[in-house]
Amino acid sequence: MLRVLESVSLKAYPGQITTLLGSNGAGKSTTLACAQGLMRPDGGSIELLGQDPYGDNPELRARVGVMLQDGGLPPSMRPVPLLRHVASLYRNPVDIDALIQRLDLESFGSRNIRRLSGGQKQRVALALALAGDPEVLFLDEPSAGLDPQSRQVVFDLISELRDAGKAIVLTTHLMDDAQRLSDYVYIIDKGCTVAQGTVSELIARAEEGHDARPVSFSATAGLALPQPPLGLYLAETSAGQYRLDGVTTPEHLNWLTSWWARESILPTQLNLQSRSLEDVFLEFAQKEEQA
Amino acid sequence: MTQVSTESNAVSPLKRILIQGKYEALQMLSNGEQLILAVVMPMIALFVLTFTDLISDIAERTIDAAVPGVLALCVISTAFTGQGIGTGFDRRYGVLRMFSTTPLGKTGLIFGKVIAVLTVLVIQAVLISAVALLLGWQPNPWGIIPGILFLLLGAAAFTSLGLLIAGTVRPEATLAITNLAWILLAGAGGVLYPLSMAPEWLQPTLSALPSAALGDAMRDALIDGHFNSPGLIFLVLWAAAGSFAAIKKFKWN
Repeated sequence: MLRVLESVSLKAYPGQITTLLGSNGAGKSTTLACAQGLMRPDGGSIELLGQDPYGDNPELRARVGVMLQDGGLPPSMRPVPLLRHVASLYRNPVDIDALIQRLDLESFGSRNIRRLSGGQKQRVALALALAGDPEVLFLDEPSAGLDPQSRQVVFDLISELRDAGKAIVLTTHLMDDAQRLSDYVYIIDKGCTVAQGTVSELIARAEEGHDARPVSFSATAGLALPQPPLGLYLAETSAGQYRLDGVTTPEHLNWLTSWWARESILPTQLNLQSRSLEDVFLEFAQKEEQA
Repeated sequence: MTQVSTESNAVSPLKRILIQGKYEALQMLSNGEQLILAVVMPMIALFVLTFTDLISDIAERTIDAAVPGVLALCVISTAFTGQGIGTGFDRRYGVLRMFSTTPLGKTGLIFGKVIAVLTVLVIQAVLISAVALLLGWQPNPWGIIPGILFLLLGAAAFTSLGLLIAGTVRPEATLAITNLAWILLAGAGGVLYPLSMAPEWLQPTLSALPSAALGDAMRDALIDGHFNSPGLIFLVLWAAAGSFAAIKKFKWN
């Protein structure tokens, strides 16, 4: 039997967005499916709102909203009747009209789901997950296929739900999404949680032992480059774009600015690059590879 | 996060099943192919059998010979072929998964489908009976209650078999298998005409089919007012075996 998950351990809290970050096939969706009770893991333990999520448990299901990666939408239905049908299974659903308006479902409401674009289907699937006004929300790749505008709408909505005290668990393979939304991130690779923390914690941790940071700047093309001190490397990466690698101390910057002062160079742009979640992710993925 | 809300946010189980049953029934009735299978084909069978001599020997009046088998065919159309194809594609598109994350759950989904099958079956039976009565059908009054019982038992057996196929093979294969089975059963499975009219060497095999048990029991009931006990046993066994296999083998995605 294929072992998809090796050692995944995570917690999600109300009022927080917990993100499972990983590349395709890392085990994010399998983790979610287990947490939602759609799949029974061969080992380990899972608690959802204090209960075992596996099996039919309508009371538990009524408190949990799920947005599946493939949506699970019946192709021959129109979005709004489907949403109203699902909402009718809950005693206290959300304000469906407000939700329809918020996600602009009316704009394609006359079409069957079969004829909707990927992003439109995503919005319908999100609406279904929210229909029962859940306490816990699982969103599998919620931004997949969304244009920038609907992405903003969806992100604002997710953030509001977090502020309203919902526990939100989402998966993504997009660093940008994770960085923008998450309160807490678990990096998953090959079925293991390889790192966890807030976005800034993760970035800070990756900085350790990585004091060197590149400095890039723009100036006149074709400058005569001086020989830098040992450990530094200066190059013109493209016309007018320069990059100094190996900067670890303030003195290194001092060397750079002294050169500019000597030659009367005033850069038009200067950037001391900080690391992004992407660097962190790549680093952990690389470590896994070597292990 | 561990707090337990006093009142469930799910509507009552019965209400959930009825809501889902209505939804599923509307899905079936709004699908053109399903309507052809559920209503048009049985209606054609009714007219062909009534206005030809194909089965005129088995009852005093041809229409009385035709109607019981046509009602049995309605069961196979809806419970087996129509429901099987619908479920197969729902499984493909992840619709079963989606609904099992709602308060409906897997149990609610199955019961919803049963309600939908029964609803459509009632509509079919009313339509066919109404047309048949206009054409002069005179069912044996003693056979009406047994007839309804056998229709329900047949629906149970064929629903479980349809779910078994839909839950184990690709939807395209479900489409092919259930349509082919419909044609074969309608043509030679003891549904529309009694097995006694089939070649003798085939009769033992065919008589084990749920279609033959259903068809013959319907004819015995509605023509002669006779309760077909072996048919009852056969259908109960098929329903039990089909349900058991479907519960064991059904894959939700």
